[in-house]
Amino acid sequence: MSVKMPETDAAVLSRRAQIVKTLRTIVPGEGVIDREREMKPFESDGLTAYRQLPMVVVLPETTRQVAEILKYCQDNGIKVVPRGAGTSLSGGALPLADGVLLGMAKFNKVREIDFENRVAVVEPGVTNLAVSNAVAHAGFYYAPDPSSQIACTIGGNVAENSGGVHCLKYGMTTNNVLGCEIVLMTGEVLRLGGKHLDAEGYDLLGLVVGSEGLLGVVTEVTVRILKKPETARAVLIGFPTSEQAGACVSKVIGTGIIPGGMEMMDKPAIHAVEQFVHAGYPLDVEALLIVELDGPAAEVDHLIARVEAIANDCGAVSCQASTSEQQRLLFWAGRKAAFPAAGRISPDYYCMDGTIPRAKLPLVLRRMKELSEKYGLGVANVFHAGDGNLHPLILYDSNKPGELDRAEEFGADILRLCVEVGGVLTGEHGVGVEKRDLMPTMFSEIDLNAQQRVKCAFDPKGLLNPGKVFPQLHRCAELGRMHISGGQVPFPDLPRF
Amino acid sequence: MTDVLKPADIHQAEEAVRWAVGNDKTLELVGSGSKRALGRPSQTDITLDLSSFTGVTLYEPDELILSARAGTPLAEIEKLLDDNNQQLDFEPMDYGPLLGQPAGQGTIGGVLATNLAGPRRIKAGAARDHFLGVTAVTGRGEAIKSGGRVVKNVTGYDMCKVLAGSWGTLAAMTDVTIKVLPKPETEATVVVEGLNDGQACAAMAAALGSSCDVSAAAHLPDHVASYFDGLLKAEAATVLRLEGVAPSVAHRTGMLAKLLQSFGYVVTLDAAGSQKLWRSVRQVAPFAADSALARPLWRISTPPAQAHRLVDLITPAAQMFYDWGGGLVWVAMPFEGEADAGSIRRAVVELGGHATLVRAPAALRASLDVFQPQEPGLAALSKRVKESFDPKAVLNPGRMWAGV
Ligand SMILES: Cc1cc2nc3c(=O)[nH]c(=O)nc-3n(C[C@H](O)[C@H](O)[C@H](O)COP(=O)(O)OP(=O)(O)OC[C@H]3O[C@@H](n4cnc5c(N)ncnc54)[C@H](O)[C@@H]3O)c2cc1C
Ligand SMILES: Cc1cc2nc3c(=O)[nH]c(=O)nc-3n(C[C@H](O)[C@H](O)[C@H](O)COP(=O)(O)OP(=O)(O)OC[C@H]3O[C@@H](n4cnc5c(N)ncnc54)[C@H](O)[C@@H]3O)c2cc1C
Repeated sequence: MSVKMPETDAAVLSRRAQIVKTLRTIVPGEGVIDREREMKPFESDGLTAYRQLPMVVVLPETTRQVAEILKYCQDNGIKVVPRGAGTSLSGGALPLADGVLLGMAKFNKVREIDFENRVAVVEPGVTNLAVSNAVAHAGFYYAPDPSSQIACTIGGNVAENSGGVHCLKYGMTTNNVLGCEIVLMTGEVLRLGGKHLDAEGYDLLGLVVGSEGLLGVVTEVTVRILKKPETARAVLIGFPTSEQAGACVSKVIGTGIIPGGMEMMDKPAIHAVEQFVHAGYPLDVEALLIVELDGPAAEVDHLIARVEAIANDCGAVSCQASTSEQQRLLFWAGRKAAFPAAGRISPDYYCMDGTIPRAKLPLVLRRMKELSEKYGLGVANVFHAGDGNLHPLILYDSNKPGELDRAEEFGADILRLCVEVGGVLTGEHGVGVEKRDLMPTMFSEIDLNAQQRVKCAFDPKGLLNPGKVFPQLHRCAELGRMHISGGQVPFPDLPRF
Repeated sequence: MTDVLKPADIHQAEEAVRWAVGNDKTLELVGSGSKRALGRPSQTDITLDLSSFTGVTLYEPDELILSARAGTPLAEIEKLLDDNNQQLDFEPMDYGPLLGQPAGQGTIGGVLATNLAGPRRIKAGAARDHFLGVTAVTGRGEAIKSGGRVVKNVTGYDMCKVLAGSWGTLAAMTDVTIKVLPKPETEATVVVEGLNDGQACAAMAAALGSSCDVSAAAHLPDHVASYFDGLLKAEAATVLRLEGVAPSVAHRTGMLAKLLQSFGYVVTLDAAGSQKLWRSVRQVAPFAADSALARPLWRISTPPAQAHRLVDLITPAAQMFYDWGGGLVWVAMPFEGEADAGSIRRAVVELGGHATLVRAPAALRASLDVFQPQEPGLAALSKRVKESFDPKAVLNPGRMWAGV
């Protein structure tokens, strides 16, 4: 692992036995895990190239226990790493050798379903899919749908501001969360938002969503639920070039259609997926689009006809609209299995997550091909085309010496390229440890310090999930200092009156 | 006497703030000043006029994004979008008339700084949900940027969110990037006549809980109905807007009318009538009327289904109507100079949400909390966030709460 983590605090480690004992008084029974063998499952998240055993694992069940654990850690200078299901692809939940791993899996209850106000109040360890399942009997669902939705938790979704194939139309986590309860490192329990809209003051909820577990531990979340659209249909469209596919995406949106989902795959991805799932994807095209329209049948049929016409104008060589729910799900099954499919054609794959202005897609794909040759590693692309979020899957073999390093360098080059064309380092997977050291390609030191000052407002001792997101951690006292210069009136050449 | 500093570029804006920090001066940030009468009146030494930061700098309709200098008039942006058949989906209102000022003066920076949103809030989100990127000068006199020009982005903290609705107390925005969206092809409104407030909240909950994809839901009680354009009768109207392509709007209008039959007599408004109606809802027509201007006005955000119970706790002499399916209640108090903050705040504590005293004489705004008071832990955290951007409290001090 090439990323430098915060220095291990030997004094804390030397008190390990005492710390474990104290934690057992807060969380009795099975809730504290300190045997190496039992801690093993927690040593990494979805970014498996990075592994580290924590000092101890704690699995609290109540907000009160979380508050007591955090307060104890705060008072004793002990670092804490929150964890949901551990599916993060950026190493956000990577443990620290001298840190407590705070597993939130036991917070797994749906506390309230309020159809009248169209919200569900859930504990953070509830999985994303379980929220939709809990309201499905009344025809409702929770819109953000990461591909990992069977496993990943709402707490993790809040921390990463997760998205899914439907966020083009329905927004990401941040647009679908109305409130939460968080616990600060001091043990203070705060409520942000609720069942109503918008903040009464600063939008602190907006800051917490996407903060990667660095500001507070989320112990309850209020999410917006929506009634399922009457119908949904998908169209599968093949293009001879990715330029044409990209042009089609722009045209669909340019004419005023916002599809429920609009996904693109390149040739290597199409082939990997088709072998694995047999979804009926055309194999002789360079790019494949899945466009899903949802709403009443009258609307869906009308828009599908328009999308087909646009696709033909853009040079589509194949175009197939689903005629049954079964077929629609089959079209998606391929896309949703893209990651495991990559895992079948290559011993390992490394999933990237940049976002680019859509118009730059052909350029980025071309440059990516060049990089693929340079590094001698294959790459398959799946792409949330509607919102420009690119997931290149770099194929490598960790048993071959040097390949992991090359894959990481290749990945970093791709992300730099995203930033260079006006995009960003991560669209939905988070910075974590993985992209931490690339932050300066997007932000100046002044920008990063301003962000760290926000961190200081929540966690002045910097004990919550340190080593993630920020390449360099500054002490809050140092960040707070201000150089004040004296007297002259600014730009005196301008009129003042 | 208040001096005005009008920086011409971001370096001058940084310089202005640094000078204020170094000389213990406070700054009032102003876009066009159209909302000056809002918030707590603050005593500042110098006005920092951001109106030279004007002009749209990037507009890519196919990419659904627009960047502009923060002082760009909202009217200019809306015109440009309109020419391209696009819009700001969050439907910001024009506060001018409500505050006894001319219409059409607001800036995009002002809209974002106050996190505005009109009737489509329930479907499309508020200004915060469309705010993708920002460059701003903090109270330390440093230009920072956050976000970008793409919708999906989790690179670093989402500073756009905390700047949205911060009322210029954290940083002076100089450049912003926002998401724009296509205009719906057409619209219609389903009207249920004659409901009382409780029935109306239930009807709106039923409509919003259906798959009709309602894009706005309001209840306009008897005593204010005549102020709204487009209604066929001056009696209580519960109104639900449907937008989209023509065949879909037609289908959903039928579906919704059927669903709501059990609540009361249902009529529908065509696109022209619907547009007129929602313009007057968006502009809070009853309370922007000359006869109402002197009366204190509250804007209450609350869980929608129980909004009528909240209203029951407020004096019956007040006038009010509901937007956001009940989630936004506009309340005009009966007497000039009497905001009755006690009963409003108690009602909000009981049913959840928050209330802002949007309009009141300056003396009243100086003596009362204009924004919802926060519980101590949250207030302390808000203060620490303020200090992280503006440690010397030079930007709009006291605009939101005393000390923030
Ligand atoms: C196969 C696969 C497909 C994926 N597809 C998608 C996708 O389509 N879209 C997408 O956005 N992501 C996707 N992901 C990434 C991942 O699933 C998401 O980031 C998810 O939200 C992580 O949730 P988790 O519960 O696993 O969190 P973890 O991995 O356990 O933790 C993630 C971060 O959240 C923090 N955290 C967790 N719980 C809390 C809490 N209660 N309070 C405070 N902080 C907390 C952790 O400290 C960590 O920083 C995918 C991952 C995999 C493995
Ligand atoms: C309390 C209140 C609630 C409102 N609610 C709504 C609503 O729900 N819906 C709606 O459509 N309209 C609302 N408005 C009106 C709306 O804000 C105006 O129509 C328009 O935005 C005015 O813009 P302006 O440039 O004149 O802002 P100004 O009146 O100049 O400023 C408004 C606020 O924004 C700050 N500000 C302005 N420019 C910047 C900048 N560049 N950087 C940082 N801060 C800046 C100011 O300091 C001030 O606090 C509200 C206004 C007020 C006062």
